This record gives sequence, structure tokens and C-alpha cells, in this order.
Amino acid sequence: MTAAATRIALVGAPNCGKSTLFNGLTGGRAKVANYPGATVETRHGRFETPGGHSVDLIDLPGFYGMSPRSLDEKIALETVLGKDGAAPELILALVDAANVRTHLQSVLQLRAIGAPMIVVLNMYDLALRDGFEIDLEKLEKELALPVVTANATRKAGREALLAKLDGVLAGLKDIKPAPAGAYPAPEDIRAHQGEARRIADAAILYEPLFNRATRIIDRFALHPLFGPAILAALLFFMFQAVFTWATAPVDFLDASAGALGEFLGARLPEGWLRDLLVDGVIAGVGSVVVFLPQIVILFTFILLLEASGYMARAAFLMDEIMHRFGLNGRAFIPLLSSFACAIPGIMASRVIENDRDRLTTILIAPLMTCSARLPVYTLIIAAFIPKETVGPFNLQGLVLFALYIAGIFSAVLIAFLFKRTIAKARSQPLIMELPTYKLPNAKDFFISLWMRASAFLKRAGTVILATSVILWFLAAYPASATSLRESFAGRIGSLLEPLLAPIGFNLEIAIALVPGMAAREVAVSALGTVYAVHGGPEDAQGLAETLQSAWSLPTALAFLAWYVFAPQCFATLATIRRETGSWKWAGFALGYLFALAYLGAGLVYWGARAAGL
Amino acid sequence: MLLSDMKKGAAGRIAAISADDPLIEAKLREIGFAESDSVELAHIGPLGGTPVCVRLNRTLIALRLDEAKAISVTVEP
Ligand SMILES: Nc1nc2c(ncn2[C@@H]2O[C@H](COP(=O)(O)OP(=O)(O)O)[C@@H](O)[C@H]2O)c(=O)[nH]1
Ligand SMILES: [Mg+2]
Repeated sequence: MTAAATRIALVGAPNCGKSTLFNGLTGGRAKVANYPGATVETRHGRFETPGGHSVDLIDLPGFYGMSPRSLDEKIALETVLGKDGAAPELILALVDAANVRTHLQSVLQLRAIGAPMIVVLNMYDLALRDGFEIDLEKLEKELALPVVTANATRKAGREALLAKLDGVLAGLKDIKPAPAGAYPAPEDIRAHQGEARRIADAAILYEPLFNRATRIIDRFALHPLFGPAILAALLFFMFQAVFTWATAPVDFLDASAGALGEFLGARLPEGWLRDLLVDGVIAGVGSVVVFLPQIVILFTFILLLEASGYMARAAFLMDEIMHRFGLNGRAFIPLLSSFACAIPGIMASRVIENDRDRLTTILIAPLMTCSARLPVYTLIIAAFIPKETVGPFNLQGLVLFALYIAGIFSAVLIAFLFKRTIAKARSQPLIMELPTYKLPNAKDFFISLWMRASAFLKRAGTVILATSVILWFLAAYPASATSLRESFAGRIGSLLEPLLAPIGFNLEIAIALVPGMAAREVAVSALGTVYAVHGGPEDAQGLAETLQSAWSLPTALAFLAWYVFAPQCFATLATIRRETGSWKWAGFALGYLFALAYLGAGLVYWGARAAGL
Repeated sequence: MLLSDMKKGAAGRIAAISADDPLIEAKLREIGFAESDSVELAHIGPLGGTPVCVRLNRTLIALRLDEAKAISVTVEP
């Protein structure tokens, strides 16, 4: 059957529910979010209709029409026009049912190139709730295309669509696929606009006013004074919460890992296996896994912000500031996404129309504090920053916030420099739809959250486990070694030590930075392993306490500063290479970020020493 | 008057759309701007009054003043 699968593409404006429908029909896991540019690549999924037709469904980035400007729009359009292989045999043209008047125009453009399609009025539930009355038969007749309504978020809401699909698929053999079409000229667009409005006037019986909740929320969220204040407060609250809410569960996990280590240490026979498990696996992997609660809290905030529709507002508020520093307001969304992870952040930069703007955004995305830095930051903060409150705020949370701010400020400054040197370009336009606010869908939210949490655990079980085991061997052998320095790892670290000593880094840090190239949180597991191997056998204290006695405060602060900049994530570098198409820019990012890390750590170390800390 | 000269809260109907860059004009039209549609200048950016956010039919569109210059509006009193 697989060979006979019909290729069907989901096409429509951003935020009309394509990815939601894709996930619903295929059981897929495409990213669903309420801002333009959430989908930046094509995604395929298979499903079988109730009538037994096998379908190869393609989810595409959104676009409004056939004049693509940004990379994500080009990707979508080229797939629709079959420029990268076979064109889809059928198009599901999604239209937000509450915006038929404006969005019908792109359906008409597609109709003009002769693409076989079904028009899907999605979010029909919301349109009905708002009081819309649409004459579907009339619409079908005027368009001369099959029309069906849908509510992509619910199974029942997709049934009519599936039935229609079966009807159309049964007769599809008689329909010719579209010839590779040319981009329409503006005159065509004008004609389509007029036609779209004529059809809308005929088919829409009652059109309510603009969404009231959105109007009221935006009165505050987009207010010239309150708007930026709300944005700042939201971000600040997010970082405070990451610290304060996570304390109890993190302590609990930490204690459990410690107890497990002690338990195994006491039960297993003495020997290399016990040491490997206790000092390598539990001390290494355990020290990272304990930060799961923080990752979960951070992603909860980011996912809720993305799903609510607020992201596009944040981009609106930030546009002019970003613009003055040479970036596009739309770059704010990829950069905010980079708080979770730089990789989707770098991918999301595809929505930026100008190549040079896009390059700048890609190069500074690693400066945004990604979630992999959380274990590093939290470990050091918990060990060295006192648990005090400053006014209503938690001091540890404030330091964490300061580290995020340090990342943002350096990103802005670097962008400013790049725009004046390597990425010169004239200013770029901003034309962006702000979606209406939506209550996040609980199922989507939990699926996404689970995906992020399990990805984190999976990394702990693979990369971090592997590096921990290897590092344990290198640190524990040769068996004749009486100190860390004499071990294999110590010998490797000794090579780097002279380079790192001026910025306050000791041998253990030098050793941890090497496997730490794989991913940032590996530095934490590596420190856990290195200190466990050559620590006292019975010392069951957590890594934080160990560091407290082993490091000076200037060293700890320098280590934090290092991680604000250090490009220690191989996957990010590989993504930069892929998105820019050359190792040149990945190498450039690697070089400039390491230079900044060294400089930053050195300045902090010597500053702290001079201040007598 | 040009959309870029409108005060916050002002509303009117689009009289013409024309930009030097044909791609910008196409983009404006595709996202929904069309002659005789009603627009309202709903919000202005916090810094230097740009970008602006207009309510166009039932959508909200953010655009910079440079792009807003491409749209002329007959303001309704
Ligand atoms: N109420 C309702 N919400 C929907 C429907 N379809 C999508 N959404 C929501 O609309 C937003 C955008 O959806 P998404 O699938 O990411 O849109 P895309 O940009 O077209 O891929 C998400 O917040 C969805 O939960 C629908 O039929 N009804
Ligand atoms: Mg999508």
C-alpha cells in the first residue's frame, strides 16, 4: 500500500492550525505554537483514512501567498509548486474560519495555478463561539472547490474533513495535478483580493467584531508603558520561579542520588565495578539528572508563552530596540526560543527575511542562556551564593537572572558589532500578524513538555552516561595513579592547565571542559565524576559541598562567566553549519565564543581577586 | 493620509497601497491589506512610535512606519 500513498500538503497562513491538524491526523509530534514561524521545515507523516486511502501528509511552514520572502516561506512554496520533486497530488488549504475575508485570497492564488484542493475552514469552533454565520454551500459554489469545516484540536472536529477527503480521493485519478506555476504579479493579487472579498460578502452572513478578549488583553500587553513592564516582569518571574520552585524537588533528587550511591557502595563488593557505578555513573549522570525539575519549570513557561500568542507581542514590543541594534524584531522569537535550546532557536531564524540578519541571529543565538546551562549555573550558584533574600527576591534567583541578562546584553552588543562589520545590510521590513490569544491546549502542552523532559533524560542516559564512564576510566587508571594528576585524565588536563590557570581554572576544571565539548551539562557530570574518583571513599556529600571546599569564590565566578559564552555544545555547532551551509561560520562562532569565554572568565577572576573576594 | 501619520485610535478606509518595492506591496496585500478595507491604528510601539499595530478586518498586523507609509487611508471622523 505504501507506494500508492497520496501526497497531500497542508497549506495556509501561519497559525491557522496546520501543525495541529497534522498531529491529529498522523499522531505526529510537530511543534504547535501560537506564533508565526513555529514551523520552519517540512514534515511528513502517514495515516490511513476511514475509507482505506493511504496518505502521505506534509506539514509546511505557513505563508500568506505566493511572494515568499523568508526561507521558511520559500520552503513551503517550493514544496507546493513541486520544485523539489513531485508536487503534492492534493492540497488541504486551511483557512482560519474567522478570517475568511482576508485569507481566502491565498486560496484563490492556489486555485489559479490549478492545484487540486479542499478548502478547510479550521478553528470553526472559535468562529461559531464568536458568533460567525457562514453559508458553506454558497462558499463551495462560489469557490467551485470542496469546502469543509474543522476543529483540528479534536477528533470529532476532524471527522467531517476525513469524510470529505475520502470522497475526493476516490475521484482523484480524474484530476490533473497543477503544472509548476509562476509567481503571480501584484496585479493578480489585486484581482484575487477583490474576488476574495466578493465571495466573502456573499457567503458570510454575519461577521462579529474583532475578538474581545484579545482587544482587552492587548490594551495592557501592547501598551507603550505597561507592555514592556509586563514583558520584563514575566521574564523575571520565570527565572525566579526556575530557582525557587525547583529547590525542593532538586534537593530531593540530589539526596536520592546520594542515598543510592551510598546504598550501592555499601552492598556491592569492593572493586572496579563498584567504583564505576558509584563514582562514574551515579556521581556523573546523577549530578545532571537532579536538574530535571528546573528544566521542566523553564519549559513550562516557554511552552505556555508560545501557545498563548504572547510571543508575537513580545516581538512587537522589542522590534524597535532590536532594530536600533541592527536586528529584526522577529529575531526576538528565535532568541527567546534559544532560552530553551539554541538549536530550535537557530532553526527558527528561518523566518527572518534578510540573509545577513539571519546570519547575525544564528551567530548570537548560542549566547542566549539555554536550558543545558541551567545545571552548570545552578550547581555553582547553590554552592557559592548564600541562600538569602534581597527584599522580596531570592538572591540565588537574582544571580541566575543576572547571568541570563549577561547573555542577552552580550548578544545585543555582538549583534551590533556584526551588523557594522561582517553582516552589513540595510534595514529590513517588518510585516507580522499578531494571532488572537488562545488558551493553550492541555494535551499539546503535556506532549511537548514530555518530549523536552524525555530528551533531557535521554541525553543523560546516552551522551552523559558515555562520557561519565569514559572519564571514570581515564580518571581512575592507570591503577598505579595515586592522585588525579597521575591518571590519564590528569595528564590530558595538565596540557590545558597552563592555558587555563591564568583565568583561575584548576586541573579538575581543565579535565571537565574536555568532555564538556559534547554538551554543556556534561561539565557538571564530569566534575561529579572527577571529584568522586579521587575524593574520600566514604564522603557522601553532594557535589556542591565538594566544590565549596575545593574552589575559591573567584574561580567559581570565573567558571560561571566562562559558561555565559563558551560554545560547548557540538550539536549547536553542527546546526550552525547546516543552517549557514558552511563550516566557516560554525568555526567562526566557535572561535569568537571561546575568545569571549576566556576574556569574560579572566576579567571576572581578576576582578574578583582585586575586590578581595 | 498615510497610515504612518495616523494617531493611535484613529480609523479609516484604505484608499491606496503602493510601495517602491513591489515585493513589499505584494506582502502587504497577501497579509490582508486591500483597498476599501477598514483599518484602525490600535497600538503603537514603545520606542519612537514604531512599529505600529493595526487592526485590519479581524486581524492584528504589526508593521514598521516605513512599511506603513505604503498605505494611504481615508480617515473617518
Ligand atoms: N480552538 C481551536 N484552536 C486551534 C484549532 N486549530 C489550531 N488551534 C490552535 O491554534 C494555534 C496554532 O496552531 P498551529 O497548528 O501551530 O498552526 P500552524 O502555524 O498553522 O501550524 C495553536 O495554539 C493551536 O492549539 C482549532 O480548530 N480550534
Ligand atoms: Mg505549524
